[in-house]
Amino acid sequence: MSCLNSQATAMMCPRGMTARIQIALTVTLFAWAGAAMAQKSSADSIAEYRTMLQDGNPADLFEAKGEDLWKQKRGPKNASLEQCDLGKGPGVVKGAWVELPRYFADTGRVQDMESRLLTCMQTLQGFNAEALAKTPFGKDEQNNVTAIATWISAESKGMTFNLSQSHVEERKMYEVGKRLFYLRGGSHDFACATCHAQDDKRIRLQDLPNLTKQPGAANGFGAWPAYRVSNGQMWGMQLRLNDCYRQQRFPYPLFGSEATIALGVYMGVNGKGGDATAPAIKR
Amino acid sequence: MSDPMRIRAQAAGGNATIRVLMSHEMESGQRKDGNGKIIPAWHIQDVTASLNGKPVMTAEWGPAVSKNPFLQFTIKGAKAGDKVAITWKDNRGESRTDEAAVT
Amino acid sequence: MNRIDALIVAVATTLLAACSTPMPSGAELDKLTQDILARSFRAEGQAKLERISPDEDNRLCAESDQTGVALDAKVAQAIEARNMATIQPPKDGKFLGDWKQGEAIAQSGAGKTWTDKEGSVNGGNCYNCHQISQEELSYGTLGPSLYNYGKLRGVANPNSVESKPIVEYTWGKLHNARAYNACSNMPRFGHKGILTEVQIQHVMALLLDPASPVNK
Repeated sequence: MSCLNSQATAMMCPRGMTARIQIALTVTLFAWAGAAMAQKSSADSIAEYRTMLQDGNPADLFEAKGEDLWKQKRGPKNASLEQCDLGKGPGVVKGAWVELPRYFADTGRVQDMESRLLTCMQTLQGFNAEALAKTPFGKDEQNNVTAIATWISAESKGMTFNLSQSHVEERKMYEVGKRLFYLRGGSHDFACATCHAQDDKRIRLQDLPNLTKQPGAANGFGAWPAYRVSNGQMWGMQLRLNDCYRQQRFPYPLFGSEATIALGVYMGVNGKGGDATAPAIKR
Repeated sequence: MSDPMRIRAQAAGGNATIRVLMSHEMESGQRKDGNGKIIPAWHIQDVTASLNGKPVMTAEWGPAVSKNPFLQFTIKGAKAGDKVAITWKDNRGESRTDEAAVT
Repeated sequence: MNRIDALIVAVATTLLAACSTPMPSGAELDKLTQDILARSFRAEGQAKLERISPDEDNRLCAESDQTGVALDAKVAQAIEARNMATIQPPKDGKFLGDWKQGEAIAQSGAGKTWTDKEGSVNGGNCYNCHQISQEELSYGTLGPSLYNYGKLRGVANPNSVESKPIVEYTWGKLHNARAYNACSNMPRFGHKGILTEVQIQHVMALLLDPASPVNK
């Protein structure tokens, strides 16, 4: 970059400059370049990498598959899911996800997206919901549940979270979810709160959203289902919670269990007004 | 039967930007399973893109390309209504072609 | 009362009933949470249900975290005393091991999950929460930086009399952090059988050995 001898920099170095001014200019340019390089922290580089990944999110593949499965006649009853009521009326998918979990009168309980999907797969298509819940992640019908869940969340993309707390059961689940969030257990005495109740903390180099309030609650809760690049898998919220508990050294949370639904209510209500970004892409 | 590709083809300024998301395991052949045995290689080897039936791009891929690969490229002179077809062939001899119209 | 009035009263009463189903009390919600906890989990691998059986100290700390109200001083002291009682000095009398092995233990997050084989070697997971050496950039910020741990505390010779209080405190902290801070977020590595005594000696060396990169 020296003005004293490089042809390439001839345009940047006005003719007639004295050697001292040329050196000063070079030093300034180097210092500026050095400062710019120093400003790019690991966090900045990771953020840049993630932005580049946004285009071509493999979640699109699961979304497309999920939409097909919603419309396809399947199961012992050979019926589609097009009459499934996700809380806004039979067949209404747009905007349903940003109001889940919610109370359902027909089942008499609060349900999240994935457990409600199991209800619909049983009542409309004749699948056995209990058997579906027992199917391990990544196997058989669980893959279909994940794909359909991905599509359902995509139908609310860009909308804002607006979970209801008008039914007493919804309010009870919020309180249970809050207690579970802070509950310490396992060999390491970890709670969800151990990692997710403070601002600006990270585990290794992974930033941790504060799930007790905005904006962390919507950022964290609203990003799942998400495609995880590190293992090439599509993860719904049920699997995300499952793996959290695994790393907390807890025993195994049952799929669609009340504990997982209560945590969803806690996070979703805390995230009220935040944007739904699912299906997202993660490391 | 493999899952369909997602193809987006957008015309702008006399060219079209093509974005393709392919569904494929892309097993490199270097990973080992829980018992220490090598998981056999299973990945795309050839990719061809054609415009209205005429090949415009070919690519040879190897084990370094990741699972569910994303491909983006530009076709000069493509305009709205043109048909873009993408074909991949993998090392097991399986193949798939998907089409999309340029918008 | 005529029929229309009666109808109005009936409808109003039904609506009121639905809207005013009372919320359970705090204690009832605590009980509901415990019941839901008990029926929402199953054992898997080495992770048995006893791992979430009620623990009074954890309950008190969770309540404090949730409400933001600090524990009563006497309650906190009682918790600390209970945990202090679990700390034993090293069986072979040596507080420090090999810092190179300590670094490996600090880097490893293995062990104790339901996908880990029971009895396999566990790691300390230390870098998840702490900065430790200067070279390792991939560190978490949930706990304070431990870089220059021994140096900052003036530990030139870990075997000296002057260093004894720090050495014993660090040993205790690694064994059972709740002995010094009733509601510490740090796992109780010795007391809960996460790390063996030998492993803790190695981590001690990582932190306190003047030859360790942590103190360079």
